[in-house]
Amino acid sequence: MNAMKFLLAAYIATWVIHGVYLGTLVRRFSRLRQQVKELKGSGFRRSAPGFPPQV
Amino acid sequence: MKRLFPILSVLTAVLLAYALYEALLVAPTDAQQGDVYRIIYYHVPSAWTAFLLFFINFIASIQYLASAKPSTKTAAKWIVIAIGVVGVIACFLPQVQHLLPKGMRPSAVATTVLAIPAFYFLIGKFFPGERLDMLALTSAEVGVVFCTIVLVTGPIWARPVWGIWWAPGDIRLTSTLVLWLIYVSYLVLRRFSNSAQTQMLAAALAVFGALDVPLVYFSIWFFRTQHPQPVIGGGGSMDPRMLQVLLISWMAFLCFAFLVCWSRFRLEVLRREIEEAHAMESLVGTGEAPSKASLPLSRSSR
Repeated sequence: MNAMKFLLAAYIATWVIHGVYLGTLVRRFSRLRQQVKELKGSGFRRSAPGFPPQV
Repeated sequence: MKRLFPILSVLTAVLLAYALYEALLVAPTDAQQGDVYRIIYYHVPSAWTAFLLFFINFIASIQYLASAKPSTKTAAKWIVIAIGVVGVIACFLPQVQHLLPKGMRPSAVATTVLAIPAFYFLIGKFFPGERLDMLALTSAEVGVVFCTIVLVTGPIWARPVWGIWWAPGDIRLTSTLVLWLIYVSYLVLRRFSNSAQTQMLAAALAVFGALDVPLVYFSIWFFRTQHPQPVIGGGGSMDPRMLQVLLISWMAFLCFAFLVCWSRFRLEVLRREIEEAHAMESLVGTGEAPSKASLPLSRSSR
């Protein structure tokens, strides 16, 4: 039973670490999407063909 | 491409669930350690995946450094070919086989040596120019995540089996911790340095950092250590059913790492495009012609 506790702890720790990292990726993506929106709003498209980048 | 990602995500999730089922319910219980040994189905694949990602980071960093001048690029190409050819031939010479640690198969060493030119040319072909630097950053960051898992799950396994969380001075454990610290330093350098030379400095650090990977891997052969002996490629005596589950688990983690790297790479591409756009916007405002050297390294979204 004690061994199962350690096994469970290791498996949970693994997915918590992956989950936290994936969470930071999602947060960074949404921040960049926000920046793309702001650039679109500033009318930058006219001066830079090919912008905004595809999200 | 947009459709491929969700399909691969679903397939990876199924594979991970299957690997978990195999690890918990199908793999036989270890006679000595009981069920706690099942931690290796997460610990070992994470370590292998981290090593692979650090290897990719190493190759991409060398390519990036070599691409600074055409003459260096050509020289690096021939050096890599020479390493591949000489390394593979040397592995089968009796004099060199004598030097290999007991139990290590020459074919395993030859395959690893051959991976250097193979990865070098594949990465060079598919990731030209600045994309090499993006790949290096991506593989280092995801590699650190997997290495963190290795450093967390290892002590959780060691506590019930060894009776201690950490064996101070153990070369395998210490070198793995040093490896993790080197790559964390690499990421810190990239995150906080604002110099135009950051990418070059980071690539140089990555090349030296990668030298720790063979030390980690070979430490259990060359030094006395509490860490268990290798399960494959070194004459290990693992139950075939356990080995099969371990390989399934590694496949699942490799697929997962690939998807995470893909997302991180896309994020980096987008970040740099936005950075360029911001720089161009500010330069258009001042009436100057934008040049690559004038692009700032914004840190807000890294």
